[in-house]
Amino acid sequence: MTDLSADMPPSFKQKPLTISDQRTRARNAAEKRFRLYGVAAITAGLVFLILLVFSIISNGLPAFKKTVIAIDFKLTTEQFETAEAALLKTRVYSDYFTQTLTHIITNSELNLEINSRSIERIIGKVGGTLRQFYRENRNMLNQPVHFDLPAASRIDRYFKGTFSRDGITKENRFIQVEDLDLVDALAEVGIIQQVFNWQFITGVDTGVDNPGGAGIGAAVLGSFMMMIVVLLLSLPIGVAASIYLQEFAPKNWFTDFIEVNISNLAAVPSIVFGILGLAIFIQFMHLPQSAPLVGGLVLTLMTLPTIIISTRASLRAVPPSIRDAALAVGASKMQAVFHHVLPLAMPGILTGTIIGLAQALGETAPLLLIGMVGFVARYPDSILGGFEGPNSALPAQIFNWASRSDAVFVEKAWGGIIILLIFLLSMNIVAVLLRRRFERRW
Amino acid sequence: MPVLWLILIIIAITTVGFLLGCSRAQRSVNGNVRALHSLPSYYGINVGIWTAIPAFVILGLWLLIQPVLIESHIQQSVQSIATGKDVTFGLIMSDIRRVADGLELAITEGGMTLDEIQSNDLDIDTLLQTLNSLGVILGTNVSNSVLKSAQEYQKLSAGGNILMSITVLATMITGLGLALVKTNKNFRARISVEYGILAILFFAASIAIMTTIGILFSLAVNTLEFFKLYSAIDFFFGLEWAPSFSGRGGSSSLGVIPLLWGTLYISVIALLVAVPIGIYAAIYLSEYATPKVRAFTKPLLEILAGIPTIVYGLFALLTVGPMLVKVFGNNTVGWMDGGTAVITAGFVMGIMLIPFVSSLSDDIINAVPQTLRDGSYGLGATQSETIQQIVLPAALPGIVGAILLAASRAVGETMIVVLGAGAAARLSLNPFEAMTAVTAKIVSQLTGDSDFASPEVLVAFALGTTLFFLTLGLNVLALYVVRKYREQYE
Repeated sequence: MTDLSADMPPSFKQKPLTISDQRTRARNAAEKRFRLYGVAAITAGLVFLILLVFSIISNGLPAFKKTVIAIDFKLTTEQFETAEAALLKTRVYSDYFTQTLTHIITNSELNLEINSRSIERIIGKVGGTLRQFYRENRNMLNQPVHFDLPAASRIDRYFKGTFSRDGITKENRFIQVEDLDLVDALAEVGIIQQVFNWQFITGVDTGVDNPGGAGIGAAVLGSFMMMIVVLLLSLPIGVAASIYLQEFAPKNWFTDFIEVNISNLAAVPSIVFGILGLAIFIQFMHLPQSAPLVGGLVLTLMTLPTIIISTRASLRAVPPSIRDAALAVGASKMQAVFHHVLPLAMPGILTGTIIGLAQALGETAPLLLIGMVGFVARYPDSILGGFEGPNSALPAQIFNWASRSDAVFVEKAWGGIIILLIFLLSMNIVAVLLRRRFERRW
Repeated sequence: MPVLWLILIIIAITTVGFLLGCSRAQRSVNGNVRALHSLPSYYGINVGIWTAIPAFVILGLWLLIQPVLIESHIQQSVQSIATGKDVTFGLIMSDIRRVADGLELAITEGGMTLDEIQSNDLDIDTLLQTLNSLGVILGTNVSNSVLKSAQEYQKLSAGGNILMSITVLATMITGLGLALVKTNKNFRARISVEYGILAILFFAASIAIMTTIGILFSLAVNTLEFFKLYSAIDFFFGLEWAPSFSGRGGSSSLGVIPLLWGTLYISVIALLVAVPIGIYAAIYLSEYATPKVRAFTKPLLEILAGIPTIVYGLFALLTVGPMLVKVFGNNTVGWMDGGTAVITAGFVMGIMLIPFVSSLSDDIINAVPQTLRDGSYGLGATQSETIQQIVLPAALPGIVGAILLAASRAVGETMIVVLGAGAAARLSLNPFEAMTAVTAKIVSQLTGDSDFASPEVLVAFALGTTLFFLTLGLNVLALYVVRKYREQYE
């Protein structure tokens, strides 16, 4: 060895190991850099996630609040009859409300200059609600009733901070700067306040003339009906198909062909399933457009591959010893599978199904093609008829609002996303809990 | 008889059949169950299968075939209506169907009798009034000849429905009877039932094949129809996309190249965002991160994959678009006019694809055996050198496969493109311009009132075919790369 080291280049001999040479320093720097790239990539991903969540929450939360004018209102029988006899009935109710509000403001401690035009501008569409209330509850006439009635949509946006005094010109028909001064004063005494917007959760879509009143309830119901169809179809079909492929299928070209088909279908873009639904279910079989039934069928075909793949994985996880034991005590193969393997695999199957359903719930593109973007401003009349009748769906409704240019609808779209994500989150939590609770290590 | 009732009857009779089968089997051995070949419930299930399955199969087939037969029968009279008018066959057919539905409704709810409906002097005004009182509005003016065809349609389908009910019920009773007759102590019920169940399982598995056939069929039929109206060469090589909805074809140019360009451009930008971030994230998570960091970060990144695409679409349209305009807009460098642009859609799509790339790559990097790394460390390589020169080359086929799958995902993505990329078809290199993609145009050509006879609507199916084969090609290529170049470590 000593002879060999004598022939070595001098640099290797001279420098002690504790002092790193330039090349080592460069290599260590490269190591650090590389590691930093990894950290940067992860940080970038997380920053995008935070940005996304932040923009959903900050844009969507205002949709759950609305600005109302909260006052006690009294309608006499005489006024009621006058209003019902008039040509523009809701208009007369609005006028009564304006008068009452003016009266309240003049009598209050507030030292305000009253401009009745201002008051007209700050109240929203109240006539319809008032008329409906008094037509249904005639016994409430002649006594004060507390109302929370919507303020105008610009006032609403002013409270939510998306509308300010800067853009208001003298020519603006809808709002003036002094209106906002009045609003500020009224807000201080609690006549104008923000409350939780139940109407957004329970209500139905509205026309472009009343964006503030739009709600997502009907769309949630439509999505729920679709999910029922998907669950009822995809769970039995998916489980049956997986049992066949995993436990019974002979090894031949046909089985291979089925497997190739399933893995291909899992990668087909969702919009192609929409085309399939349009051509087969609507064009060929003449099923009704925009119906949750058709939407459910399309989504079933789309989620089947996902469910089959996860079901097969959980069947595979059941150890062969279970099957062997069942066969050994005289069960037939079918009995071994249905009495022993399937129950043991069930938690995994349900987890996969829930995840498949969550995927189907958020899918939008196929629904657009089978016509679920129409304007549907009512709840279905009956349960069974609802499956066949035109209905909306949660993601389609969000898309619909997003494509209207009104800022209030955009806010509703973000609010709808929050609701959609709450559903998805709870489904995923259920799936995780299910897995935690029933997961078995063999 | 409505189909729902028919289904309920079948279910009820099946239950009765099950009970009858069980008790008949037990009676055949005078209650000594051990003398039976199978458990009594198998005899019951056997009767149930024979009662329900043939009846349901016939019901399903009948519901599919009857409308087709009736329509081909009506067609001759429709052709005489359609000649010399500027309406298409499909529109008249749908008119006829609507009126026929109205007639049906008038019988069930409007108090009109079958004779009144089928009489020759039923005029359209009476019908419209009756239906109006029921709250049904037929809409467009219905001509007398359409009404005649609709009467014919209603007559045929009513007759067909009665025939269907009789056939289905007869099949059901026959099946029930035959199965009951066969039920005795020597009948091997369990084996028969298991064959039946196996057949059902097989049918469920072949639904995947039927779906593929359905996709291919619906794409092919309508694409061929489109190529009859519009030349295939102009479609595949046309450099301009300008559909006109005013005239009936002729004046529109429907070239796919600008749309394909938009799709590819957006996908490339998306991959430029997703691939570096995804791969570096995967490397860090699998090679450097402590188990704690990994358990915390990986699920967080995977949330990005679970968020529905409509959310990303809105994010592109309302958050990222305006943000990019602030950076590149008229106030600064003036490259960008509006929020919807190739770069907006591409960037957001890239965010969506990060977990695809990172999760798949992570699995693959983890699959590289530790011995390779140890060998490399033994030779004095640093960790990053080991990763770059040993681990990544070994994992490369899998990573390429993951990237190709992500690309296929990007090409088929719809909502982000519809909301974030714009609507104008353009052949341009500028990523700050609005462009549109194949999927976006499928949506815009097929939503609304579609009359499946104009090239402007049918073109969507040709676009769908292009998209289907593009993504299929990418998937097959991904599979091929992985299979061909995969290193086997055993």
